[in-house]
Amino acid sequence: MTSTTFKRFLPLGIFIVLIGFLAIGLTLNPREVPSPLINKPLPQFKLAVLSAPDKTIAAQDMLGKVWLLNVWASWCVACRIEHPVLVELAKTKQVAIYGLNYKDKSPAAIAWLGKFGDPYVHSLVDADGLVGIDLGVYGVPETFVVDKQGVIRYKQIGPVTPEALRDTILPLVKKLSAS
Amino acid sequence: MKVLLIALGLCLSLSLSALAQAKVAPNASADPALEARVMVIAEELRCLVCQNETIAASHAELAIDLKNQIRIKLTQGQSQKEILNFMVERYGDFVLYRPPLKSTTVLLWLGPFVLLGIAVLMLVLNVRRRRRGEQPVAMSDEDHAKARALLASPLGTPLDTPTHNSHQ
Repeated sequence: MTSTTFKRFLPLGIFIVLIGFLAIGLTLNPREVPSPLINKPLPQFKLAVLSAPDKTIAAQDMLGKVWLLNVWASWCVACRIEHPVLVELAKTKQVAIYGLNYKDKSPAAIAWLGKFGDPYVHSLVDADGLVGIDLGVYGVPETFVVDKQGVIRYKQIGPVTPEALRDTILPLVKKLSAS
Repeated sequence: MKVLLIALGLCLSLSLSALAQAKVAPNASADPALEARVMVIAEELRCLVCQNETIAASHAELAIDLKNQIRIKLTQGQSQKEILNFMVERYGDFVLYRPPLKSTTVLLWLGPFVLLGIAVLMLVLNVRRRRRGEQPVAMSDEDHAKARALLASPLGTPLDTPTHNSHQ
C-alpha cells in the first residue's frame, strides 16, 4: 500500500473504528453500574420480618446456605414484571429467596404479596433504606446471590428475567451449592 | 425492545417512589455551616438514579437519603475522605463525580491529552512538509506583463470592480 492510498483511506479507517466503539456502546446498559460488593461479605444487618415484626433475622443467621436476596417494594413497577418469575422459581424449590422490602410501608407490602403471590421465605423490613444503602442499592428491583460463607457472588440489576435466571443465576447457585 | 420496556419500568418505579416521598421533609439541619459542608460533599457524588446529576442537585429519593447519611456522618465527626470512602465502598468509583486516577482510569484521564499531542504532532509535520514543498513560482515574461497591466489599471483588480449585480 502506497502512502497516498493509506492517507486516502485513513479517515475511513478512523470512522470505522469510531463506529465500532459506538456499536459496542449501544449494547451496554448505562444503568448497570458494576457493584464493588461482588465477592465481598454481605453487610451486617438485623431486620424485622415483614409477616412477623417481632421476629428479626440477621446476616449471620443466613450462613451455610446459598440464597437470593431480592430487593423489592410495593411501589416498584418493575417488580411486577419480575414477580411471576420469582413465584415460579420459588415453586421449584431450587434456591431460597429472601426479600428486602425496601422503603415501603408494611401494610402495603403485605397487601401486594397477597395480590401477586409470595415467593419469599421471609421478607425483611428495610423501611428507612439504610440496609439498601449498605448494599449499594440504587434502583429497585435488585437481586443478590449470596453463598454459604455469606459472600455476595452476583448482583442482578433490574428485574430477574427468565433468561438471566436460566443462563446466570441458577447455574451459579448450583455451582455454589456444590462447593 | 424488552430492555427498553424494563428500563421504562425502572424509571417509572423510581419516579413514582420519588413522588411518594415528596411529602417527606429532606431533614435539612438548622445549622447553615453543617449544611454547607453537606453540600460540598454532595457536589462530589453522582446520583446513581439520574447519573448526570450530583446528589447535591438531585431530588431523587436516594439522593436525599445519601445527603442524610452525609449529614449524620459529619455530625459523628467523620471527615470528607471517610464519607467519600463509605460511598465508594457501596456504589463503586462511578459514584464519584471526579473519577480517581488509577490503572483502570488512566486512559480516561490521559486519553484527551494523548489525542491532543497526536493532533499537534500531525499539524507540525504537515506544516513543515508543505513549507519544504513550496517552490518559488517561476514567472514568464508574459505573466510579468499581465501583472503590470493589472496593477496599472485604474479599477484595480477585477474583484474590486463594482458590478451592476450588486444593486439587484
